Amino acid sequence: MGCPCSPEGSVGRYIIRRLLQSIPMLFLLSVVLFTLVNIAPGGPLAGHGRSRHMKPEKAEMLKRQFGLDQPMPLQYVIWLIGNDWMKVDADGDGVAESRGERRGILRGDFGFSFQTRQPVLDEIAQRLPNTIYLMSITLIVVAIIAIPIGVLSAVKQYSIFDIVATTLSFMGQAVPEFWLGMILILIFYAWLQNPITGEPLLPPGGMKSLGTGFNLWDRVQHLILPVTMGMVGWVAWYSRFLRSGMLDIVHQDYIRTARAKGLSERLVMYRHALKNALIPLVTIFALDLPYIFAGSLYVELIFSWPGMGRLYYQAATKRDYPMLMAILIIASGITVGANLLADIAYGMLDPRVRYD
Amino acid sequence: MTETTESAERISHWEDGTRAHETMATMVWRRFRRHPGAIAGAIVLGIIILGVVLAPLSPYDAETSDISSRLEPPSLAHPFGTDALGRDMLTRCLYGGRISLTVGFLVVIITLVIGVPVGAVSGFFGGWLDNVLMRITDAALSLPALMVLILLSAILREIELPFVERNNVITIAMVIGALSWMTVARLVRASFLTIREQEFVLAARCIGTPNLRMMARHILPNAIGPIIVEATLEMGYAIMEEAGLSFLGFGIQPPTPSWGNLLNSAWEHMVKHPWLPIFPGIMIFLTIISINYIGDGLRDAFDPHKVLQKVGEV
Repeated sequence: MGCPCSPEGSVGRYIIRRLLQSIPMLFLLSVVLFTLVNIAPGGPLAGHGRSRHMKPEKAEMLKRQFGLDQPMPLQYVIWLIGNDWMKVDADGDGVAESRGERRGILRGDFGFSFQTRQPVLDEIAQRLPNTIYLMSITLIVVAIIAIPIGVLSAVKQYSIFDIVATTLSFMGQAVPEFWLGMILILIFYAWLQNPITGEPLLPPGGMKSLGTGFNLWDRVQHLILPVTMGMVGWVAWYSRFLRSGMLDIVHQDYIRTARAKGLSERLVMYRHALKNALIPLVTIFALDLPYIFAGSLYVELIFSWPGMGRLYYQAATKRDYPMLMAILIIASGITVGANLLADIAYGMLDPRVRYD
Repeated sequence: MTETTESAERISHWEDGTRAHETMATMVWRRFRRHPGAIAGAIVLGIIILGVVLAPLSPYDAETSDISSRLEPPSLAHPFGTDALGRDMLTRCLYGGRISLTVGFLVVIITLVIGVPVGAVSGFFGGWLDNVLMRITDAALSLPALMVLILLSAILREIELPFVERNNVITIAMVIGALSWMTVARLVRASFLTIREQEFVLAARCIGTPNLRMMARHILPNAIGPIIVEATLEMGYAIMEEAGLSFLGFGIQPPTPSWGNLLNSAWEHMVKHPWLPIFPGIMIFLTIISINYIGDGLRDAFDPHKVLQKVGEV
C-alpha cells in the first residue's frame, strides 16, 4: 500500500519490489535460453566444417575439456555458479583430476569463447561501445526528426503536411530495414560519386577509414548511411505515436483553459500539450529499447559495423555457446530493465500514477 | 474550422450508427469502404495474392538454372531480370511470395491458436491461473525476440524433424509464431476483463450457461474487433520477420525462393546488378504497407466511437 504522505518512500519501495520480482524472471529466462542454446544435437563441435577434419578422439577430448560431456542441468549450474568447487577434466583424458577454474556468471565469469578462446566479456566489452555509439546517435537523430513532425502533424491536422507525413510514416514502417540498407549502399556508394575526387560518395561500411587517425568528417561519413537505415522505421513510428498523443491532448480541458487565458497557440502547443504528450512517449521508448538494440543487428551486418549484433550473428553461425549465452542474457537483462524503467518513468512523470 | 467539420462528421456518424438491423459485418464493411488507404491496400494485396496464385503460369521454372541467360537486366522476356543462375526473377519473386505469404498466414493462425485461449482463460477466470499465464506471457515478452528467432532457426537448420524438411515454411512459421502470440493474449485478456463484468454476461451466468459457452458465444464475439485488427497487423510483422531471417540465411533455404533469401543472394551481385535486390524488396514493401493500411482501416471500422477521418489515425 502506498502512503500518500511520503510519495518518495513508496516509489523507492516500488522500485525495490520490482527489482526483486525481476530476479526470478531473469532466472527463468536464463534456464529457457540455456536449454535452447544447448538443445541442438551434436553440440558446438558438430557445427560447421571444422568437425569434419577432426578425429573422433580429439572431438571427445575437446568435449571433456569444455565440460560438454556433463549432463545439461550440471552444465547450467556450472555456467551459473562456476566449477571451482568440483574436479574437472582439464586435459581431456577422461579423468577429472584438477579443480575447475570457472567462476560462473553470478560472479561475473561468462567463460571463454569457443571460437577465439578469449574471455567472452572481453570481446563484448570491445563491441558494446560501438553498438551504443551507433544507437545513441541514431536515437538523437530520431528525436530531432520525429518530434517536430509529430507536433506539426497534430497542430496542422489534415493539412498537406500532415497527409504527406502520415503517408511517409506508413511507408517508413513498411520498408524492410535490411533492404533499405542495401538500397542506400546502391545509391550512395555504387551510383553517386563525389564530384571532385570521383570516388564513391559515401563509404559502404565500417566505422572509419583504415589507417587514418581520428577525423571527424570521416567518422560522420561512415555514420550517415547506418544511421539513416536505422532511423527510418523509428522516425515513422514515433512521429505517428506523438501525433496521436498530441491529438488526444488537444481536446483536453486544460488546453481549452490555456487557450482561454489568451496564451499564444505556440505556447499552448509546446509548453502545455507537447510536455504531456511526451509522457507516454518516454514509456514507449523504454519498452522499445530492446528492439532498438536488436535492430542494430541488421545495420551492423550490412555496414560491417563491429558491434554486438554482428558478434551475436557470428556466434550463432559458429555455435559459440558461451558467447551466445552471454549476449542473450545481457539482452534479456536489457529487456527486463527497460520494462522496469518504463514503469518507473511513467510514475515519475505522471503524478496521477500511484504505486501500491 | 476543424471543430465544425468534425462535429458535422460526428453527427453524420451518429446518424449512420442508428441504422437498425445491421449486422456487424455490414457495418464494418460500410465503414471500411470509406477508408481510401485501406481500399488501396486491399486492391494491391489482392493483386499480389493473385500473382502469387497464378505463379505456375509462368513459362519459367523457379528453381531450374539456365546458364545461357545469367544476370540479364530487366527486359520484356524477363521483366524483373534474371539471377546469377539464369533464373527468371519475376517467377522467383512470385514463388517467393507464396512462401512469404504462407508463413505470414500460418503465423497468424498460430498466434490466434495460442493467444486467444491464453488471454481468454486468463481474463475470464482470473486468480492464480491468470497470474501464472500472465507471468509466462511476461517472460516470453522479455525474450530478446530477434536473437531467439535466429537461435531457434539456427537449431532447426541442424535438426532432423519427422515429416517436414529442414527450415521449411512450417518450421519457420512455428518459430515466429512461438514468439508472437503474447500481444494477442494480452489484448484478449484485457477485453475479457471488461466484458465479463457487463450485464449480459451476468444474465448468461444466471441462466446457468457453462463457462466455455459463455466465453465462446457471449464474450469472444464482443472482443472480436481488436483481435482481427491485431491479427492483420501480425501478418505484416511475420512477413517482415521471415524476410529478415531468410535474409540472414537462417530462414527458408535456397533453392526454394522467399523474398528474404532472394535479397540474401542478391547481396554479392547487387552493385552491378541492382535489379536483383530492388524487386524482392519492393514486393515486401508493397505487401506490408497494404497490410498495414488494411489493418488501419479495420481498426477504424471496428471502433464504434471512432469518428471517421480523412487520414488514417494511429
